Amino acid sequence: MASLAARRAKDTTVKVVSTGFAVLAILLLAWILLTLVAKGLPALGLSVFTNVTMPPGQNGGLLNAIVGSLIQIAIALAIGGPIGIFAGTFLAENGKGTKIGSAARFVNDILLSAPSILVGLFIYQLLVVPFGGFSGWAGSLALAILVIPVIVRTTEDMLNLVPVGLREAAFALGAPQWKVVMMVTWRAARAGIVTGILLAIARAAGETAPLLFTSLGNNSWSVNLSKPMASLPIAIYQYAGSPFDDWVALAWAGALLITVGVLVLNVVSRLVLARSH
Amino acid sequence: MNSAVDPTFNLSSSVAAKPGAVEAPVKIQVNKLNFYYGQNHALKNINFTIPEKRVTAMIGPSGCGKSTLLRVFNRMYDLYPGQRAEGEVLFDGVNVVGKDLDSTVVRSRIGMVFQKPTPFPMSIYDNIAFGVRLHESINKAQMDERVESCLRKAAIWEETKDRLHTSALGMSGGQQQRLCIARTIAVRPEVILLDEPTSALDPISTSKIEDLIDELKQEFTIVIVTHNMQQAARCADLTAFFYLGELVEVGTSDVIFTNPKEIKTRDYITGRFG
Repeated sequence: MASLAARRAKDTTVKVVSTGFAVLAILLLAWILLTLVAKGLPALGLSVFTNVTMPPGQNGGLLNAIVGSLIQIAIALAIGGPIGIFAGTFLAENGKGTKIGSAARFVNDILLSAPSILVGLFIYQLLVVPFGGFSGWAGSLALAILVIPVIVRTTEDMLNLVPVGLREAAFALGAPQWKVVMMVTWRAARAGIVTGILLAIARAAGETAPLLFTSLGNNSWSVNLSKPMASLPIAIYQYAGSPFDDWVALAWAGALLITVGVLVLNVVSRLVLARSH
Repeated sequence: MNSAVDPTFNLSSSVAAKPGAVEAPVKIQVNKLNFYYGQNHALKNINFTIPEKRVTAMIGPSGCGKSTLLRVFNRMYDLYPGQRAEGEVLFDGVNVVGKDLDSTVVRSRIGMVFQKPTPFPMSIYDNIAFGVRLHESINKAQMDERVESCLRKAAIWEETKDRLHTSALGMSGGQQQRLCIARTIAVRPEVILLDEPTSALDPISTSKIEDLIDELKQEFTIVIVTHNMQQAARCADLTAFFYLGELVEVGTSDVIFTNPKEIKTRDYITGRFG
């Protein structure tokens, strides 16, 4: 009977320890978020959105970084989105059990967990060195390489959730495969695919390393994709390391912006997915 | 007329309740059909005839090959590498198993309704228009008319006419299955294959579908796979009993369910196995 008491004690211990660590994890996250809000919010004036980088003490903003990030993410998505969706579709619809399918899935999984600085260095060698300079194009392409594996993976997973019966029903009406995929399977998996794209945007928005060697950052207003281009992560990196208080405050404001943006994307993607089920 | 009928069907002497059940032209003629799932020999030397505008039921215990045969008729097995058919399935005299016939054409003439209702994630109207647009280009008015007539034929028009443009996923299971039937007949096939169409439905929906099958045979040749022997007895003019990949016996439903020739058939329909 002592063993029963011992078992209860063990049970309680495990419960307490696991609950404790769960709370600890939440507290850490809350601490980060609170610090971010406490330091970022006071710095988040209107001028952050209207002014570009200025010398310290002149009320500079993040306009060039915000616009630069948006442009580079949009181009990354325009390139990586279709590639990711089609590759994921291939893996789910045609690539099962084929050599090219297994190879593509394997490479994609590696790419998914590859350190993002490698992607930056790769584009540096591929575009920046031969074309003689950092550019918004190079930054966009580096981000595109980051979003592709995320979109491939979610697209494949979501298409695999579509019941075989739905595909067969479309085939049974005499539909060719491309119509089955585009009009039935994609439609059935739409919410999941959109979620994957949103998560890919969230990933691209926060990456600094791939941009360091590609679009570099730019302290002036520039929407020229052939020239170095500013971005929020690079601006944060630059400002946070500076000795000037107002630049450091801007870094906090930028960090808050990215975090809120990513948070919103995550929540929206969850809502999209929840509404479809 | 009888010249076209397989000799297997000359059982008319014992047919009393459904005279004329077998005196119909041949729609599908299966000759020496063998089917393989990889190494697994699933159908063994099947010879079988399906008459036009009649209901033919295929019964037998799970794994006996009846659904497999159904999926040969519309070349569904084509979707899966490793599955292959040998022999002939003559549809109006043309071999559908041969590689020379495009599977999309076969499927537009031999439609199929599945066990689980499979509405597409689109409106009720578009569920029907989807299949029609694959094979015909007709204008809006003609499409409206087609949608209405198919929903009427599938006995679901009254329930759907006010919500044609809402999602088909919001319908009940029985309604979804009738929508699937409407969608299938919208393509104007000659044959409709029904793969256990009521096994996922409640008794009321089931009896609606059975009534519908009776209506549809005026216009279409119907082949139904079912686990429900009462259903086969109620709906089918002909019943074929399959066991372990072989066709054991085929005849008019009256004969199969009251006086089968084979012991195995008798044991199965009296519930001794299966």
